[in-house]
Amino acid sequence: MHDTKVKQSDVVERHTLTVLVDNEAGVLARVVGLFSGRGYNIESLTVAEVDAMARTSRISIVTSGTPAVIEQIEAQLRRLVPVHKVTNWTSQKGGIEREMALIKVAGTGEKRVEALRMADAFRARPVDTTHTSFVFEITGAPSKIDSFIELMRPLGLVEVSRTGVAAISRGPEQM
Amino acid sequence: MDKDTTTIAETAAETMTGAQMVIRALKDQGVTHIFGYPGGAVLPIYDALFAAEGIIHVLVRHEQGAAHAAEGYARSTGKPGVVLVTSGPGATNAVTGLTDALMDSIPLVVLTGQVPTHLIGTDAFQECDTVGITRPCTKNNWLVKDVNDLSRVLHEAFQIATTGRPGPVVVDIPKDVQFQKGNYIGPGSVHHRTYRPRTDPDLNAITRAVEMMAAAKRPVFYTGGGIINSGPEASKLLRELVDLTGFPITSTLMGLGAFPASRPEWLGMLGMHGTYEANNAMHDCDLMICLGARFDDRCTGRISAFSPGSKKIHLDIDASQINKIVRADLPIVADATKALREMIRIWKSRKLKADKPALTAWWQQIDTWRAKNSLAFRNSDTIIKPQYAIDRLYELTRDRDVYVTTEVGQHQMWAAQRFKFEQPNRWMTSGGLGTMGYGLPAAVGVQMAHPDALVIDIGGEASVQMTMQEMSTAIQYDLPIKIFILNNEYMGMVRQWQELLHGGRYSHSYSEALPDFVKLAEAYGCVGLRATKPSELDAGIREMINVKKPVLFDVRVDPAENCFPMIPSGAAHNEMILAAIDDGPAITEAGKMLV
Ligand SMILES: Cc1ncc(C[n+]2csc(CCOP(=O)(O)OP(=O)(O)O)c2C)c(N)n1
Ligand SMILES: [Mg+2]
Repeated sequence: MHDTKVKQSDVVERHTLTVLVDNEAGVLARVVGLFSGRGYNIESLTVAEVDAMARTSRISIVTSGTPAVIEQIEAQLRRLVPVHKVTNWTSQKGGIEREMALIKVAGTGEKRVEALRMADAFRARPVDTTHTSFVFEITGAPSKIDSFIELMRPLGLVEVSRTGVAAISRGPEQM
Repeated sequence: MDKDTTTIAETAAETMTGAQMVIRALKDQGVTHIFGYPGGAVLPIYDALFAAEGIIHVLVRHEQGAAHAAEGYARSTGKPGVVLVTSGPGATNAVTGLTDALMDSIPLVVLTGQVPTHLIGTDAFQECDTVGITRPCTKNNWLVKDVNDLSRVLHEAFQIATTGRPGPVVVDIPKDVQFQKGNYIGPGSVHHRTYRPRTDPDLNAITRAVEMMAAAKRPVFYTGGGIINSGPEASKLLRELVDLTGFPITSTLMGLGAFPASRPEWLGMLGMHGTYEANNAMHDCDLMICLGARFDDRCTGRISAFSPGSKKIHLDIDASQINKIVRADLPIVADATKALREMIRIWKSRKLKADKPALTAWWQQIDTWRAKNSLAFRNSDTIIKPQYAIDRLYELTRDRDVYVTTEVGQHQMWAAQRFKFEQPNRWMTSGGLGTMGYGLPAAVGVQMAHPDALVIDIGGEASVQMTMQEMSTAIQYDLPIKIFILNNEYMGMVRQWQELLHGGRYSHSYSEALPDFVKLAEAYGCVGLRATKPSELDAGIREMINVKKPVLFDVRVDPAENCFPMIPSGAAHNEMILAAIDDGPAITEAGKMLV
């Protein structure tokens, strides 16, 4: 009974949240402002309209914090007026998370061959090729993209563009 | 996902200009008073107001004053406060009031003019990003770019401001939209797409709550502004619940008046300047029943030492308050009136009884804390003690219909400690934001709503100077507000902290170059009074009450007095400083004279 304070665990966890919002002016600023104003982290953010008829947009956010902070983030998001629904895929464990990245690698000779071989193993596709460079397109869980990038680093990694995580539930149900 | 995406039933739309829609929507929402200040970007609305009947416009002297006046109006009536200001500086001046209202959950509908839509984004004259600036200090806000959205947005604005956890909203209306004609729809045909505040309690949780209450050995009710916001019925039900259980009750600054201060179960306010008995009861309780309060840092003291042995029931209408600061053993997300009603019903139907023997022992413990007399002070017959001034003000006004507003500082805490409120909606103070300059305009708003009541702003000489131009508003609208200044010639609360924490280095906290408040009041057309000796106080207060005009009473009090008891920052509830009565044998019982 002594441990009734919110800080029950100091372990910082990474969570993926999806926020379904009304697609009205300023709604993204509202969500992002909530994070900056209350000092929460945003590790990645993706947003796009998903239903033009219903005028809804889907915002996927990867954030990190202690369990108490994550609980507050969800509650604060639900409080925003234009928010329809908030889902935490990490605590629900029923979600699929995918991210896409474009990765530019420059080099010649053995390094170039090695890069292409690695890309094949990761099912990354070259979408632009010159004699001295590749741009690979790779899709997958963020951790897979992380490892691919690490492997490319010694092989001539030039730059990376990542979309941030999109998430959806498994099975037939809607979020 | 919510499938109810109905927006507008296309019924009986009427055609009118945007400006006319504003007036019409205000009327359809039952608005009778608005607080405002004109300017270029709201001229069409002011033009529509010119011909309008049934709406009284109160012209303030600064837009911050408009927002605080609307807050006072709202807090004393339970109705939303409405503000109308122009673009740019008009909107930015209102920001302090918006933030204040957000922190204290006050329903405000603030209408701002904006430059015409084709000029937005061009750095036009008096353009500012009003929705951008006010997004973090409103419950919601809108920029209306299409006149056909205007009436819907206005009705949604009222709904959002007044329901769920109340708060301020802003509707930003470009000037061209005010001129354009479009379709007006009434409030009845507006259904918000996403906003569904939850107000009905989970009955299983309520049942568990009353079972925990019946089993408690050392319970305490810790109530807050949520009880006041829920409406007068919540205060009635709270009294009934205390009657049924016999539990002690304390409250936050914002909750004062929900429970009568004259009742024996009342422990006084809790927190940094709360009573010894309230804070110790919070610390030692085995069951804390938090009703509409949010474990603010001024209330909890050091959080790691906060009420270590208690189970906590937390009722709040705003789910994000649950587990924010303190983990609740039993959360209840609901409107306080509905939750209290169910608690009483289930307590009665299950024939539950409080644990009498345990409660008797608990009350005996509380009585030993009470015996410390933590609000006692050493009075003087040569210098006016600020505590004495509040006590006399209370005694000489207690048989009247009194509303009290305050500024921020020591005087505010003394007023909270000593003025005894018996009813909700009688106490208007800036709690969450702590806004100096709140009280005077708030008094204007309160008096506007209650023309025959005695409305007193208990102020400090520093705070009052922040918004004192509203005396002119009081004169214009014949509002006989009473500005009761505890003039200690210091930013007293700052001075107190400098004394206790910064080695007595009073860096820039002396109120240098004070105006002659009596002459100043007279210059505005108000009545100015002054008291410098305790013997002059009663006569001054009587005159202040009897004059049917705005009065500023400059009460010269002891500049060195500190506000006690006090939980120093970083300390726990059971580590209060009781300096005023703890400083040794020099203080005799007679010296501690209480009025
Ligand atoms: C707008 C604003 N600025 C600064 C402060 C910080 N502050 C808190 S109390 C206080 C002094 C208030 O002095 P006064 O009104 O004379 O009241 P007293 O404490 O002397 O009773 C100050 C400067 C504040 N609360 N609000
Ligand atoms: Mg002062």
